[in-house]
Amino acid sequence: MVNYTDSALDRTFAALVDPTRRAILSRLEREDRVSVSELARPFAIKLPAVMKHLDVLDSAGLIVRSKQGRVVTVRLQATPMQEAMAWLGRYERFWSASLDRLASYAEAKELEIREAEAKENPR
Amino acid sequence: MTSLTIVRRIAARPALVFDAMTTPEGIGHWWGPDDGPVLLAETDVRVGGTFRVRFRMLDGTEHESAGRYIEVAKPEWIVMSWRWIEQGEPAEEGRESRLEIRLRPVDGGTELTLTHAQLQTEESRISHEQGWSGSLDKLVRHFLARKGAK
Repeated sequence: MVNYTDSALDRTFAALVDPTRRAILSRLEREDRVSVSELARPFAIKLPAVMKHLDVLDSAGLIVRSKQGRVVTVRLQATPMQEAMAWLGRYERFWSASLDRLASYAEAKELEIREAEAKENPR
Repeated sequence: MTSLTIVRRIAARPALVFDAMTTPEGIGHWWGPDDGPVLLAETDVRVGGTFRVRFRMLDGTEHESAGRYIEVAKPEWIVMSWRWIEQGEPAEEGRESRLEIRLRPVDGGTELTLTHAQLQTEESRISHEQGWSGSLDKLVRHFLARKGAK
């Protein structure tokens, strides 16, 4: 249960906060490799702004950039997203199982109280 | 920023659910991801008070979490900080998550809403306040639906 979070996960979540960056990731999910200029085209922002977003995604390990001649292409790196999902999955398992037992315990207590009340106040 | 929310209906009055969630006796009956035993439970249920719970999983490993009660309004509302402890020390330096529990009286018992949120950077805090939607949210919902969470 321990050690499944670290600062890399923070960078992943921070990178995923921004809608432009999520749009970039969505596109990279659909298309394997996209050039930077092609990635920038749908957005109403200038290329340097797109480059900044790519820097954030890069430092979060979510994308990989490679240069072929004068063209820089970008592709998705899925591992950090999988780690973020693993964080959620572990807590989901923890709470789902815990709350099942919590419910059984509280419901048994409720029955005890109702039975005690019924004895005290017979109809 | 991301968080996990689970909603459950429990056929018991909110005060009972509250006690089950906050007393050492109650916690001993349910805390943990499998049927392994709770080894230790300490709670000081007031604003600023601390909790500490240690449990053993069926695979034999032992785990401990601890934190503080940030808000307490019996029987409907608890906010706690949460972190994992390893050998008496915080397991991940500076890492703390936030647990919110709302107990709403409904016909026949209680509706429990639990939100476990990862809190870390200033950026993630701001984004949490602004709320966020998009592909990760969808992914998370899909994932949780697949896992059968309610």
